[in-house]
Amino acid sequence: MTIVQKRKIEGTIALTFSTLAAFLGLFWLVFILGDVLVHGMKALNLNLFINDPAPAGVEGGGLRNAFVGQLLITLFATVIGVPVGVLGGTFLAEYARGRMIARMISILADIMVSVPSIVIGTFIYAALVRPVGHFNGWAGSIALAIIMVPVVLRTTEDMLSLVPWTLREAAFALGAPYYKVITQIVYRGAATGILTGILLSIARVAGETAPLLFTSFNNSFYSVNMNQPISSLTVTIFQYAMGPYDSWHEQAWAAAFVITIFILILTITGRLIIKWRYR
Amino acid sequence: MEVPVVLEQIELRVKGLNFYYSGVVHALKQINLPIYSNQVTALIGPSGCGKTTLLRCFNRMHDLYPGNRYEGEIYFVKDNILSPETDLISLRSRIGMVFQKPTPFPMSIFDNIAYGLKLKGIKKRLELSERVEKALVHAALWEEVKDKLNASAYDLSGGQQQRLVIARALAVDPEVLLFDEPTSALDPISTAKIEELTATLKKEVTIIIVTHNMQQAARISDRTGFMMLGELIEFGITNRIFTAPSEKLTEDYVTGRFG
Repeated sequence: MTIVQKRKIEGTIALTFSTLAAFLGLFWLVFILGDVLVHGMKALNLNLFINDPAPAGVEGGGLRNAFVGQLLITLFATVIGVPVGVLGGTFLAEYARGRMIARMISILADIMVSVPSIVIGTFIYAALVRPVGHFNGWAGSIALAIIMVPVVLRTTEDMLSLVPWTLREAAFALGAPYYKVITQIVYRGAATGILTGILLSIARVAGETAPLLFTSFNNSFYSVNMNQPISSLTVTIFQYAMGPYDSWHEQAWAAAFVITIFILILTITGRLIIKWRYR
Repeated sequence: MEVPVVLEQIELRVKGLNFYYSGVVHALKQINLPIYSNQVTALIGPSGCGKTTLLRCFNRMHDLYPGNRYEGEIYFVKDNILSPETDLISLRSRIGMVFQKPTPFPMSIFDNIAYGLKLKGIKKRLELSERVEKALVHAALWEEVKDKLNASAYDLSGGQQQRLVIARALAVDPEVLLFDEPTSALDPISTAKIEELTATLKKEVTIIIVTHNMQQAARISDRTGFMMLGELIEFGITNRIFTAPSEKLTEDYVTGRFG
């Protein structure tokens, strides 16, 4: 066998294995998504969105409480997490640029991104649920916000660092103070990147269950009171999927379908923005 | 023979200037230099000679980075701009700068020009429009952009962007303009336009230009300073620097023997 033939065989083997690996990964992804789509679509109806849950074991009812609760928890998590993340990223990329502290915070944020979310859930349980004496919506929002912050912070930092220095110098050369250079020039240059980071971080937390189990828990009744336990789609999916009733299982599928679509849309929008901006 | 200019006023006077990057790299050594009002002063020299470093002293751009240190004085009319009391924001609105690569802001053409004006507190729409138009006319860009003032500045060509940036600097009525190799990223036609522009602009502002291109310095400047290794080797009327330099080094450089 010549060297050329040997290389060709090696190439074919490598190609085969990597293709197989890719298809193996894709297979399960498509399987899961397909399953959610098929089961979810079947169970999907208008009642799901406008009715609250029926008593356990009784047919019918909906998940209005969970949709509203999920929306509230995610909304407040975004309201808390995004400003902290964006301002923190600004500090790292602008004011602390090149300093030891910036690098340390960056590394810590990277570690935070991969901390299991249940750890954050239990932490918030100790900090905000135990002292209050009962589960509450705020604790859920804050737990999700804590998961968002490092994601938003790191994207903001990276996106701001991509804005060329000459652009800042040009603004300084016109006599602009630093805060105006940042808010009027640098943010504008990095806006789409930061927005994408925010969307992806919302997508990330919208599917979290573990931190909510320990914080906002669940509520079978319609409630918009963030001081009390509040329902969320993910925790509802968890409980309904574990429950004994077929109607619960169907609603869990429907909820899984809705949340999957929601996250898909967020993610695709985020990716599209990146593509459109940096083509 | 060149007829000597009768009334030459000095706009900026550099006295015993030393500059250190990060407190250690001695980038400018004992620079003494007058910059005359309403003239174009060119700074030439091989790469790394300190010409851009010197240029960036005039608007204290080096202050953006920690550890940089100036010694000596630069008098702007009467005040020493290197003094710690200098208000950098007002200094930079009096001494504008144009960079090597065009630096349009990510906003419309109109907003680019209006940016410096808004910083100065001008908010009235009418006054803004007037001054934006004036600046664009000044920078010989008005005819090309008057119908698309709301378009993104990024839609302009490189040469147009550079004139936009010049217009932006002119809009705030600076007394001095610093040009840091403004044509090195441009095609010959755009370069010619900007060179023509400097000739008309100097009626109103004093221009200091750093250039790698000796022909350009010869064409557009009234006075030339030749720098090497952080020192100002020779300074004088451009014509003389290029035809009868008094230093051997200058002669070698302008005749292309090195650099």
